[in-house]
Amino acid sequence: MRIEKHPILDFDKSKKVKFTFNGQELEGYEGETIQAALHAAGVKVLGKSIKMHRPRGFYCAIGNCSSCFMIVDGVPNVKTCVTDLKEGMVVETQEGKGVIK
Amino acid sequence: MKQAELVIIGGGPAGLCAAVSAASSGAKVLILERNNALGGQLVKQTHMFFGSEKQYASTRGIDIPNILLNELDKYKENVEIMTDCTIVGMFEDGVITVIHKEDKYFKVKPEAVVVATGAFEKSLVFPNNDLPGIYGAGAVQTLMNVHGVKPGDRVLMVGAGNIGLIVSYQLMQAGVKVVGILDAAPQIGGYLVHASKVRRMGVPILTSHTVKEAIGTDCIEKAIVCEVDNKFQPIPGTEQEFDVDVLCISVGLTPLNELLAMRGCEMKFVPQLSGSVPVRNENYETTVENVFAAGDITGVEEASAAMVEGYLAGLCAAAKLGHKSDDFEEKKADYIKQLDSLRAGPVGEKILSGIEQILVK
Repeated sequence: MRIEKHPILDFDKSKKVKFTFNGQELEGYEGETIQAALHAAGVKVLGKSIKMHRPRGFYCAIGNCSSCFMIVDGVPNVKTCVTDLKEGMVVETQEGKGVIK
Repeated sequence: MKQAELVIIGGGPAGLCAAVSAASSGAKVLILERNNALGGQLVKQTHMFFGSEKQYASTRGIDIPNILLNELDKYKENVEIMTDCTIVGMFEDGVITVIHKEDKYFKVKPEAVVVATGAFEKSLVFPNNDLPGIYGAGAVQTLMNVHGVKPGDRVLMVGAGNIGLIVSYQLMQAGVKVVGILDAAPQIGGYLVHASKVRRMGVPILTSHTVKEAIGTDCIEKAIVCEVDNKFQPIPGTEQEFDVDVLCISVGLTPLNELLAMRGCEMKFVPQLSGSVPVRNENYETTVENVFAAGDITGVEEASAAMVEGYLAGLCAAAKLGHKSDDFEEKKADYIKQLDSLRAGPVGEKILSGIEQILVK
């Protein structure tokens, strides 16, 4: 799902970052968001809606719409479309409103 | 409480230009940006801009933030920039509350503020419009042009305005198949130069068409499309199916106006300006004294107009605070002239009829 060749842009893919998604080990690159790394790995469903439990993906990718909320390192409601991926992050799909610890 | 003379909310095209203009006039400026980088939506605009040289025409959008930041750097003794700052409130007593890096909370009470929060993407109502794979056009642009990730393999674009046409072209540059572009209107809304470019690459543009339904379990698998009549009602029997994994929604933007509304600025719903916008004077000052607005929050237009509005609002805000440069009148007249020329033409006519409804003398 990554762009291999682009006529205008170069993408910095110098540093790999390892993280887990629902326990599965995945790889992304430094400088990209959690959601972009997941999408590149083929993960489109990021959570379930609160009442109807319908699958949720990203929608706006600029931190406006709340559609990409996930649990990251135990913290719910993280806007994964604007949060940078970091080494060792534990990313999980979110169901419900999330619990404040 | 943090001290600041002029706070600028938003570090996109309007906010950065407001900062350049105000700081060069001598005002002390604090830019508060929600993201971790400046430039707003310019960072994903790989196409070259139109307009005139003053609005960076023939320059790619992605190169404009650095031009503006270099300009800003000339006045760095007057400029403080804070990123990762989400504004949570603007209150009657002038206090602005901010969350920095999601955990530090602080207050700032400036003498004046320019609100340049921009706009956000609208959605479209049809069954299953919430399935993953249905994304805003700007979101698709971010994913491809900022992160280098393809949104999918087969895309149907909804909306033949400039964004829909440009993003379709950019999808093809990224190696993604665009199966078609729909628009409910009977004619293409964007510039014909963009439309011809995608048509030449073999992408059909279906006017008077809309999405009837999306089909899929976990993600979109199919889009059912139909023709609409001149009252935008679906015509039975005209349905066709498209096998797609992405439906890209490009049906316009609407101003991010919450902060101005919260502050008590008089707002008015103006369809020509794409939503609820502040009533303002020609200096881009709202009905609340010393609260200015610039860019898409005052009505959705191109980034070129947002930049000129930013320059104008920053200039006027600084003057209001006592930093009136010798060439103030000259600069102001020039910005107004630039906006007039950007608003020439049929799209501009619509914008101008909108501005008429919110402009107070």
